[in-house]
This record gives sequence, structure tokens and C-alpha cells, in this order.
Amino acid sequence: MASTFRFPTLKTPSVIPGFGVTLAFTLFYLALVVIIPLSGLFVKASSVSFGEFWQTVTSDRVMHAYKISFGLSFIAALVNSFFGLIIAWILARYRFPGKKLVDAMVDLPFALPTAVAGIALTALYAPQGWIGQYLAPLGIKVAFTPLGILIALLFVGLPFIVRTVEPILQDAERELEEAALSLGATRWQTFWIVIFPSIVPALLTGFAMSFARGLGEYGSVIFIAGNIPKLSEIVPLIIVIKLEQYDYAGATAVACVMLVASFVLLFIINWLQHWAGKDEVDLG
Amino acid sequence: MRARSPITEPLWVQGLLMATGLGFMAVLVLLPMASVFVEAFRKGWDAYAEALTTPQAYSAIRLTLLVALIAVPLNVVFGLAASWAIAKFDFVGKHLLITFIDLPFSVSPVISGLIYVLLFGSNSLLGQWLSDHNIEIVFAVPGLVIATIFVTFPFVARELIPLMEEQGTEEEEAAVMLGAGGWRTFCSVTLPNIKWGLLYGVLLCNARAMGEFGAVSVVSGHIRGKTNTIPLHVEILYNEYNFVGAFAVASILTALALVTLILKSLIEYKFASELRAKNKE
Repeated sequence: MASTFRFPTLKTPSVIPGFGVTLAFTLFYLALVVIIPLSGLFVKASSVSFGEFWQTVTSDRVMHAYKISFGLSFIAALVNSFFGLIIAWILARYRFPGKKLVDAMVDLPFALPTAVAGIALTALYAPQGWIGQYLAPLGIKVAFTPLGILIALLFVGLPFIVRTVEPILQDAERELEEAALSLGATRWQTFWIVIFPSIVPALLTGFAMSFARGLGEYGSVIFIAGNIPKLSEIVPLIIVIKLEQYDYAGATAVACVMLVASFVLLFIINWLQHWAGKDEVDLG
Repeated sequence: MRARSPITEPLWVQGLLMATGLGFMAVLVLLPMASVFVEAFRKGWDAYAEALTTPQAYSAIRLTLLVALIAVPLNVVFGLAASWAIAKFDFVGKHLLITFIDLPFSVSPVISGLIYVLLFGSNSLLGQWLSDHNIEIVFAVPGLVIATIFVTFPFVARELIPLMEEQGTEEEEAAVMLGAGGWRTFCSVTLPNIKWGLLYGVLLCNARAMGEFGAVSVVSGHIRGKTNTIPLHVEILYNEYNFVGAFAVASILTALALVTLILKSLIEYKFASELRAKNKE
């Protein structure tokens, strides 16, 4: 009978009602808000000839912007991996007064609007600022240079590392470390041979998230960057500039390149999380 | 934690790690936050109050509240529907659907704004039709709302999906067996189980909705007093070298971020068991 026929593989039967209507609404809303507008970008890009597209995305100024965006995001993610690991370590392993406060503060870069972070960092690192005034005599300029971009990317990326590594350190089985100790390993050896391998997937996930966030970041960077073409111009700013010149095709082309980079990173992050999740199952 | 665990670092290493970690946090995170308030009050309380009571500041605050008031509830409804469909049922393509829901988080805010300018802007088909009918979306309030919906899209759903998956379906199945309808089951069984997780998601969604800059900046067209949200107002004041004004307005957003963090920590602390899995049996 047609009415009793079910596709056995599409959905497992359940007595709970509401599947059809909630899924339909989810798909409708998702299509309306995310899928259709995002595919509009690629449709728009496909209306540009390949030669023109290629010329836009490989022009001198844009190439410099890639170098700055990708290079500095990479360095920021690297530096954050080091300090983020230390912060995750002290939060997971040590007891100290004010720990709850420090723990909450880790999320501040998530919660603080990027424009606020941008002007605050600029004020700090400007030549007369709290930090800038001590760096200026040393000949170190931070605000309005690539170094300033790096500081902003460090700020926005830090929570990703701490929040992915901390739970792993907390859940780690201390017995393994005790065993290493009793077998004569020094604490340093224990860290590198026992602990570090178990946090590598989480650290890489955090690194990739921090890197991805850095690539797309706009608000916190543009105030401190100085935005000098070919020197301190990030890719998102290039898109905004093209848009302000009504060069929609150019903005779209550059956006497509960045979007593809983001999707590749998203894919890598998903894969890393899958890998990390598997690791956990193996241990437990 | 054991007080004197044999498997810990020598004291000097602990000290070094603490100093490095906390020092980095202090310089990178704490100082910028503190500087917002210091800069805001640089010229005293009166200048601060004055910057917050201009008509532009009022209209920016009003617009930010309006945008959040539309975007957040819509994403809550979506988050509830999506997590119900995804967490309570098994179907093909579930993981793909979750990936799509997370997508807005990996799109640059600038691109999030750009896609709506392309879709609704005057040189698209839809934009042409809209302008023929005198409907303004881009460079007007509806554009701000839509861009904000996009950037805050995943918050509630991604908080609720893992939570509802952990909670399983037994309680809902029991309710249905006892004769409750879908809506009744949701209100009296599911909702009490997820209320803290939901609040947590709403909190994060709201903070982002009120603080979003990049996407909103692209679709706003920077029309003063008409399409300025608080973050955009901060930018305008800053670019006019009105630093006290910019930081004064920024201090509202910083206060919002702090309140969000406090409430978030409070929920995490008090209702940890209801946010994460009830201890895996």
C-alpha cells in the first residue's frame, strides 16, 4: 500500500511528533537567510568573465592584502597557540585566587564588539598610548603598522585556543602521568611524550579556528591597521573599498576567493574535530 | 585536585607559567577593556554624559535595540525548530544540515554584508523590483536586521542541538505515550530541560546582535541618525576625532559585554549539569 510505504533509510520512525513542520521551517529559514544569499555571491561572480575575475583577484594590491591577511593570521594563530596553551594549562591544572574571573575574561574577545576592541587597542598602542609610549622610544611602532594588525588578530583569536585545549587538559587521565613519573620520566618528558600528543588535535583545531577568524576579521583591525595600500591593508578591507567604489564585480571576486578559503578551513576544522573526537573515544 | 599531587611542575615552573599566562591576558585582554572606561572619562563625567545624550546616540541606541529585538527572537524560533528536528529525530543528511547551520560563523562579516548588498542592491533583479516598488532594504533598517540575523544565525541552534541530543528522547516519548500533543510535550517536558541552555544561547546571540560591526557597516550606507547602530556610531565619532564621545558610546557596549560574561559565567557555574550532558550513565 502506498500509504504504509516508508523509505526505510531516510528517517528512523519515531512516536515524537513535529518532525515535518520543524524540519520544513529549518530548511526554509536556512535557505532564505543563508543558502540563497550566499549562492547569490557565486552567481554574481560567474557573470564576470574568467579573465576579468583572475585579473581582479591577482592584482598587485590584492596580492599584498592576501599576504598580510594570511601571513598575519597564521602568525597570530601560532603565537596564540603558545600563550593559549599556557593559559589553558593554568586554568585546568592550578588553583589560584581570582581563577573564575580569569576564566570568564578569556571570553571577553568573543563578547566585546570588534569596533570597541579596535579603538581600544589603537588607543593603547598609539605613540602616546599606555603601551605605545614605552615602545616608541625603542623605535617600535605598533599602531598603524602590520604589527598593529597582529595585535588585533591576537586579541580576537585567543579564546579559540584556550577553549578548545582547556577541556582536554581537564579530562586528561592523571594515571598516565603518574605512570610516566613512576617509570622515571621527568616532568618535561612526561609533558612532551604523554600530555602533548593528546592535546595536539585540540590545539590544531584551535589554531585553525583562530586562523580562520583572523582571515575574516574586520572591525578590530581597521582602526589599528592604518590601512596603507600594499602595507597594512587586509583582504576584508579591500572588499569594502571596492564596494564603496561601486565595483560590485571586483568586491564579489575577492569575496569568492576568501569564501573558498574559509570553506576549506571549515572542512579542515570539521575533520580535525572528528579526529579529536575519535581520540577521546579510543582513550575512554 | 589534590593539594600536593606528585604529578605537577616544580614551583618555579608553576610561577613562570602563571606569570606568562596571566601577564599575556592582562596586556592583551584586560588593558583594552580598562582603557575604554579610562578614555571615556578622560574629560570627566559631564563630557561622558553629554556624549551619551546626543540625538545621534539616542537614535543609535534605539536602532540597536530594534535590530536585536527582531533578530534575536527570529533566531530563537529557528534554533528551537532546528534543534527539535535534529536532536529528536534520526534522518539522512543531518550532519550536512548542521554544517550548513554553522556556515555563517565561518563567513567574514564583510562578506555577510556583501551578499545582501548583491541580493537587494539596485543592480540586481530583485533590487530593481524593490526600488520600483519603493521598498528599501539595503542602506536601510531592514538590511541591518537581515545582516544581523545572518551573523547571529547559529548561536541558539548550536547551543541547543548538542544539549538536546544528550538529553535523548525518552522523556518526550513518555509524554507522547501518555497522550500529550507535540506542543504540550515541548512546553512541559523539553522546555524545562533546556531553559538554561536556551538562555545561554540567547545571551550570546544578543551580544553579537548588538555589537556586530562589519556586516552592518557594509549594508548600512552610513546614513547618520537613520542607519546607525551603536557600533557604527562609535566608528563615526572616532573618525571625527571625537575620542571621548567614541569611547563613551563604546563603554555602553563594553558594559553589555561584561554583563553578558557575568550572566554566562553564572549560568555555567550554577547550571553546569543542565548545560552539558546529565552525567553519562
